Amino acid sequence: MKQALTGKLSGVAVRPAMRRTSLRKHLIYFAFVSPALLLFTLIIVLPFFRAILFSFQDWDGISSHIEWAGWDNYRTLFHDKAFLKSFLFTLKYVAVGTILVNITGFFLAFALNFALKSKNMLRTVYFMPHVIGPLIIGFIWQFIFTQVFPNLADLTGWGIFEKSWLALPNYAFWALIIVNVWYTAGYLMVIYIAALQGVSPDLLEAAEIDGANSWQRLWFMVLPLVRPAITICLFLAITNGFKVFDLNFALTKGGPFGSTESLALQIYQDAFSSNQYTLASTKAIVFFVVLASITLIQVFVMKRKEVEM
Amino acid sequence: MKERYNSGKFLLEIAMAALAVLFLAPLYLVFINAFKRYDEVLSSTASLPESFRLSNFVTVWQQIHFPTAFQNSLTITVISVLGILLVSSAAAYQIVRRPGKLSNIIFLTILASMVIPFQTMMIPLLQVAKDFHLINSLYGIIIMYLGFGIPLALFLYHGFIKGIPIELEEAATIDGCNTFGVYFRILLPLLAPITTTIAILHSLWIWNDFLLPYIVLGQKSNQTIPLASYVYFGEYMNEWHLALAALTMAVIPVIAFFLLMQKYIIQGITAGAVKG
Repeated sequence: MKQALTGKLSGVAVRPAMRRTSLRKHLIYFAFVSPALLLFTLIIVLPFFRAILFSFQDWDGISSHIEWAGWDNYRTLFHDKAFLKSFLFTLKYVAVGTILVNITGFFLAFALNFALKSKNMLRTVYFMPHVIGPLIIGFIWQFIFTQVFPNLADLTGWGIFEKSWLALPNYAFWALIIVNVWYTAGYLMVIYIAALQGVSPDLLEAAEIDGANSWQRLWFMVLPLVRPAITICLFLAITNGFKVFDLNFALTKGGPFGSTESLALQIYQDAFSSNQYTLASTKAIVFFVVLASITLIQVFVMKRKEVEM
Repeated sequence: MKERYNSGKFLLEIAMAALAVLFLAPLYLVFINAFKRYDEVLSSTASLPESFRLSNFVTVWQQIHFPTAFQNSLTITVISVLGILLVSSAAAYQIVRRPGKLSNIIFLTILASMVIPFQTMMIPLLQVAKDFHLINSLYGIIIMYLGFGIPLALFLYHGFIKGIPIELEEAATIDGCNTFGVYFRILLPLLAPITTTIAILHSLWIWNDFLLPYIVLGQKSNQTIPLASYVYFGEYMNEWHLALAALTMAVIPVIAFFLLMQKYIIQGITAGAVKG
């Protein structure tokens, strides 16, 4: 701030009166911007840089002496089986989740874009799960999987309900995906509806007259036209998928046998259950780098392909 | 082109309604089982309760000190959101209206920070919070929410203010209004639509947030609703009848808020997503 101030003043010879008004303007700028800047620095910048520092240190969070570790923590990660397992799980969860959540969300929006009589009510219902917190959602579904499913097995005799969904690794993965779809599809639906409403019906009608069937209209016209919404929804699904914590924590706690432990959950467990502060910080930094790269690449690639109408 | 309501649409309507019932089933099941006795829940989750007695809710109300938890959640959410709105709009105002290198750097840094996941800052944040005595207190967590809430709010305000013509502010200045006057009397009223959006996005996030309160709010008297519900899902939890009553009590306030504010919430979510 000070540098900018003197930098602006030094070049020109300013009269004292002008200097006063300029100083006043800088003070006003400072008064407006500094609260946000101060809080941002204290809560985000400072911890972020300290996390980077931690990742090069060795500390259990308790002892008064913090040792320097260099790149040791990073080297450890490559051989850390739990970390690699969690990394793979998270990637799989993000990939499967992103696809299913977007397909479901788009399908719901597409169906509700027809002139249905109950479409406002339906939109309300599909969106509703998203206002409930993910922790509560996780607990609700824990009840469904552990208590309601056995009842459904008795009622229907279907084998699929007889499995204990949260205790078998493969099923636990799909349990998380189901809940993710239930929780997120309505949210993306709202965004897709807004985009679909921007597609001109005249254009589609013209294509229909020219002989394009409904499948061709969807694939070659509607989808390219709602591409910005697809970019956003993919972005949201990917970032939210990577950051999954509450759902994971409430539903499976990473189990069975660590098969569904997301990166976010593992970082939490390392830091607060096993006091490996610096190793957890290293994982957290790697997590950040991966997430930032993937989202930047995704947005960059998708932005280039968007068409302007 | 006016779309006709034909048999195809009718079938679609039926299918979508059936899907909606499926969507609501988990909430319905939680709700009806919250009225049952423990053994009733275990014997069948699909049946209606023998009678709609409120004893589970009374027990939970007392056990988790629901009024306290509700009040804590409300205090944290309302004060944090008001703070975020004020601090971010003020900063965005000057950053947009006084462009330059400094404004650019501040804006881009804050924008870039949005890709940092919470877990990356979580461990050192706890250290910073201890140094600044922000642990175990409502005001401490409010300060943290202010910090975490600023980037998105500032970004949305920034985009909105850029679209407001400056003439109005200039006219007010000529009429003798100072910068603070322009901000409070001219700009803030104009910002109402985006303020609603930001308020809604942040309220839902803070109200529902679990991990931050879980690691920084120690004492029982500070608990928020998600923390209080967590009590029933600890190690030796098996009291489903009480757990379900707690979940119902946690869900009702947000659903009520959603149904009341539906129009704004859906607008806000769309606006927030499109710009975020």
